[in-house]
Amino acid sequence: MPPPRHPFRAGFRDCLPFVLIVIPFSTLFGVVARDAGLDVLQVMSMSVIVIAGASQFTALALLQDGAPVFVALLAALAVNLRMAMYSAALVPHLGAAPLGARALAAYLMVDQSFAVAVRRYEDSPEMSVSEKTRYYFGCMAVVCPIWYGCTLAGALMGRAIPAELSLDFAVPVCFIALLAPLLRSLPHLFAALVSSVVTIALAGLPWNLGLPVAALAAMIAGAQAELVLRRRARKEGHA
Amino acid sequence: MIEDSAFWSLTLALGLGTFLIRFSFLGLLGGRQLPDWLLLHLKYVGVAVFPALIVPAVLWPAALGGETEAPRVIAALLAVAAGLRFGPVGAITAGLAALYAAQALL
Repeated sequence: MPPPRHPFRAGFRDCLPFVLIVIPFSTLFGVVARDAGLDVLQVMSMSVIVIAGASQFTALALLQDGAPVFVALLAALAVNLRMAMYSAALVPHLGAAPLGARALAAYLMVDQSFAVAVRRYEDSPEMSVSEKTRYYFGCMAVVCPIWYGCTLAGALMGRAIPAELSLDFAVPVCFIALLAPLLRSLPHLFAALVSSVVTIALAGLPWNLGLPVAALAAMIAGAQAELVLRRRARKEGHA
Repeated sequence: MIEDSAFWSLTLALGLGTFLIRFSFLGLLGGRQLPDWLLLHLKYVGVAVFPALIVPAVLWPAALGGETEAPRVIAALLAVAAGLRFGPVGAITAGLAALYAAQALL
């Protein structure tokens, strides 16, 4: 795929579908947080300072259960550890950008922008660092304002949303929507399968520790599968 | 009820910690070149992490106190199928529509 002529606009456009999930996801956080007894200022501060929905839900649920602050903190940070892997995965693409841009990219790093941006970088490898950076911020120009705005809307609505709507299901559906377009080769499918199986096997581990273990196992599985396929292709080429 | 002091210390520490996690490699490594074996593994970060978030949330949803419920499992499988065929919007639409349909029928 050729590099986009207007990278910022292309990022904005490619991320637009995720409006459909960011809206329920962030609204839901506002509602749930008010339900847990936070005031509107607290809800908004958390969304602006942390800007990582899954960990905010985790921290809130544990605090509400009466867990000590450091336990809630460790669990929420464990949920976010995946972003260290995103950070590393973005180095080949954004590593040469100015420090300020990298710091802003780090603050704005969420699952949606990561998944959409990396997919585009792989499709258009000729993109320059500046184009890649603008593309990334185009993605975030969709996600970030909606994240803030809908958290506020949810916090103001409070308990007006009935539980029968099962809006909490929007969270896994959001991750499924991010995952599906990435499943584009046999090694990718294999890695996803390994991750699912290991996650189920390690479900008993405390503090979400199963997540980093499953993710590492799946990354190794995907990489090894790719190497096996490459070797086989080379052998067939010789025959 | 969540106490103010607990909330603010948690939020500030979580905000700082999360930023440091996000900035870790981007900030420290900058323009340095990563070795090939690492790049190979990093290609699989997305497909490695998302299933580990999806599977527990679908099988043991906190909203149901961790009880497995058939409509959610069915809806999640349909969302994956729709996502493979029609992309992100398909996954979202199919997932939520299937959940409401299955809840109404089962």
